Amino acid sequence: MPRMTDIDTETSHWSEDLFQTLKQQGVTQVSMVPDAGHARLIRLCEADPDIKLVRLTTEEEGVAMAVGCWLGGAKSVLLMQSSGVGNCINMLSMLTVCQVPLPMLITMRGDWAEFNPWQVPMGRATQAVMEEMGTLVSRADHVEDLAPLAEGTLRIAFNTLRPAALLIGQRLLGAKTFGK
Amino acid sequence: MATGKQLQRREVVKDLLAERGDLLVVAGLGAPAWDATAAGDHPLTFPLWGGMGGAVMIGLGLALAQPARNVLVITGDGEMLMGLGSLATAGITGVKSLSVVVLDNEVYGETGQQKTHTGYGVDLAATARACGFASTSLIRAESELAPLRAAIHAGEGPLFAQIKVASEQMPLVLPPRDGTFLKNRFREALLGADSHSAS
Repeated sequence: MPRMTDIDTETSHWSEDLFQTLKQQGVTQVSMVPDAGHARLIRLCEADPDIKLVRLTTEEEGVAMAVGCWLGGAKSVLLMQSSGVGNCINMLSMLTVCQVPLPMLITMRGDWAEFNPWQVPMGRATQAVMEEMGTLVSRADHVEDLAPLAEGTLRIAFNTLRPAALLIGQRLLGAKTFGK
Repeated sequence: MATGKQLQRREVVKDLLAERGDLLVVAGLGAPAWDATAAGDHPLTFPLWGGMGGAVMIGLGLALAQPARNVLVITGDGEMLMGLGSLATAGITGVKSLSVVVLDNEVYGETGQQKTHTGYGVDLAATARACGFASTSLIRAESELAPLRAAIHAGEGPLFAQIKVASEQMPLVLPPRDGTFLKNRFREALLGADSHSAS
């Protein structure tokens, strides 16, 4: 479920860094199920004539798209919220079986200061699920770590031909509270 | 509903892949992958052994990466039903070079011939039309295959064709199983030997 808080202005500075990382690494396909934490990055990608931004109905579509993208000689990145990781599980098999790179930038729900109990089970399972499916996972909880970890995630995915995820914690994003 | 001779899936795929030129092909897991292999194993055919529900999205990623080439996804009704959302995703991109052909036998042929939703009347061509595919058709006759092949090569899509085929089981004709081999073979044929060192 997309996060609906208005945190866009607070996130704009590090979204610029993430966008520059995508550009420097030659990414031309960005697929996404939106999250408020990614809102600024999504707009930057949409405004870039060299990036094809693809709206997904479910996150696993972005995993399959990355396979076709790599077959065609291009680079893809998937943006999603942690609740979407569960939707990807079986499709992630293709990335390891075929050695296809896919960096995934994942905004967390269900961790630090979460308000909604329904978000917690998938949030606490996100890293384990990813790792069980063969994905390298790193995690940013402090804003100064975000850009270097994002660059490392893209580099290790594209250079070693495997899925790699960066989890962006709610401590960094700001938790959704519904004013409570 | 079937009148006269039902189309035979192997013949349909052989027809659609005749004179394929520089067409890039993704074949969905199960029978469509065997059908594509029976028509001739080819480096620019990517046959799937998994990823059920993902065939259209693989075709979309490929079409976006290679805008000058036409891309054909051949899959089955069960595989398409698992990824119905991908029709909406592909439809709104409006990628003209992408064609999706569903070989619709109305059953899960690999698991004991259980009926799929299309056997209960779900209309995949109408679904694709509603999702924004520019050209959609429901095909039952052999005479419609040559025009379909021409349309796939014309690149005026996104195109979707639901082809009703007989549910008879055919001998297995298996493609290579090693996904990394299939991927590297495809990339080398498309991008050249440099594809192995580039990243």
